[in-house]
Amino acid sequence: MKTPRSSAGVDVLVDHLFRQQAGRMVAVLTRTLGPENLDLVEDVVQESLTRALRHWPFRGVPDDPAAWLYRVARNRALDVLRRRARFPDAPIEVLDLLEARLAKASDTVFASEIADDELRLIFTCCHPAVQAEARVALTLKTVCGFGVREIAQAFLVGEATIAQRLVRAKRRLRDRRIGYNVPAPDELPERLRSVLDVIYLLFNKGYAATGGDVLVQADICKAAIRLAELVAAHPVTGGPAAHALAALLQFHVARLPTRLDDAGELLLLEDQDRGQWDRRAISAGFVHLRQAGQGDDVSDFHLQAGIAACHAAAQDFAATDWSTILGYYDRLVDRNPSPVLALNRAVAVAMLDGPAAGLDALAGLDAHPALARYYLLPATRAEFLRRLDRDGHAEAAWRAALDRDPPSPVRRFIERRLGVSGGA
Amino acid sequence: MPKFMLLLHERAGEGSDLSPEEIQGIIQKYRDWSQQMGEAGRLVGGDKLTDDTGKVLRPGGGGVSVTDGPYAETKEVIGGYFQIEASDYAEAVEISKTCPHLAFGGNIEIRQVDEV
Repeated sequence: MKTPRSSAGVDVLVDHLFRQQAGRMVAVLTRTLGPENLDLVEDVVQESLTRALRHWPFRGVPDDPAAWLYRVARNRALDVLRRRARFPDAPIEVLDLLEARLAKASDTVFASEIADDELRLIFTCCHPAVQAEARVALTLKTVCGFGVREIAQAFLVGEATIAQRLVRAKRRLRDRRIGYNVPAPDELPERLRSVLDVIYLLFNKGYAATGGDVLVQADICKAAIRLAELVAAHPVTGGPAAHALAALLQFHVARLPTRLDDAGELLLLEDQDRGQWDRRAISAGFVHLRQAGQGDDVSDFHLQAGIAACHAAAQDFAATDWSTILGYYDRLVDRNPSPVLALNRAVAVAMLDGPAAGLDALAGLDAHPALARYYLLPATRAEFLRRLDRDGHAEAAWRAALDRDPPSPVRRFIERRLGVSGGA
Repeated sequence: MPKFMLLLHERAGEGSDLSPEEIQGIIQKYRDWSQQMGEAGRLVGGDKLTDDTGKVLRPGGGGVSVTDGPYAETKEVIGGYFQIEASDYAEAVEISKTCPHLAFGGNIEIRQVDEV
């Protein structure tokens, strides 16, 4: 009989260790078994985690939890391969080879090798051949170790929908025989753009005030940053655009702790306590921004990171350099037809030239079909009207925003505004 | 002080749809509990049992019959056990009620060690 080691006070599990190790184990094992066997790899990893669940409560946490998990997963994978080898149509020589490679992989794979495998896995999950709406979910599940339930919560859709997307995505990987590589130079630009876009979308899923589980959402933001750092750190993939994305995400995540007040209510940028912004993330952002400036490539991420940097650098809201920010928005709007960007640009116009100018900048956006159900259009107009003391019009605009079914934190924010401007 | 065995029953295949984060959270809860019990001087030890139903031996017909069991029908297994110290059954029950195993849907069977 064993006294659980943990009772001796040995500490123990690093936060999110399982989530992180799940992604790493999938990355390492997929190199051996191939992306076409992703389901098998994920099953094997899940079994390793559930075996820990059955052992560790009694035996205590092993000295090297990550090595324990990996060893169990590897042995399980070997078992499966051996069982498959009994099928007559299994190409034995291939199985032998795989088995030899799995067995050889040491328990302590070098950190840089793991990072390379993780990068391969990212490029596989974000392959343009995978359905666009599935790339984010597949990356969250496979690379970042999130569960279907957690992803469904963050996406505000049912678990069955997410599960179905994952199944289809993995089938696509098999059918198209997607490889497991950091792409060759000729296809790198397109593949890398897809990866950066997925990381950006993933971060937005975590950052959006959807009213979902706040902790899970913050975790998704951190996972996105880890991926962005991984891509930026690699000599082949870490070009200016990757650094610009990493800078952008670091600047945004620095503000994450101040976006909600103690009661969990939404705080606007001007009401946030800048003393609480994460200085380390901001410094990391500026380091990436400098690296992003090497070369002639100016991506949308550069311009967005420039805007975020202006906010991060401002001592207080009044000191914000709106003129520079508007310059970045002008360039973004030039490059993209997106009406959402035009809407954001209007905010910068209003800050620089007053709310009346902001209202003018909004004119014409109503006709845009992409904004027909977008609550931020009437909400932005309402805020401009409020600042012009046109309370009646502001109230009507707030109500129009409520009609567009905003997420619950925004709804409560608007209801407070309605109280303030004498409505409701 | 009297000793008690806590036999932790669980259902086979449990945990297969938990996320890595959820699994870690559960392990953490057991760990916190063991630590608490250890510090309170209640926990004597514990161990994991293999994931099968075990064997039951019965004499009869001039020999011994060996069967799987005793829980083969319900797919229930004893995942492991803890041994604790408590002044009586009542206190052992109260201590066991704090074990996270119950919160995760498992049953706990308590047996007192007879030390007379």
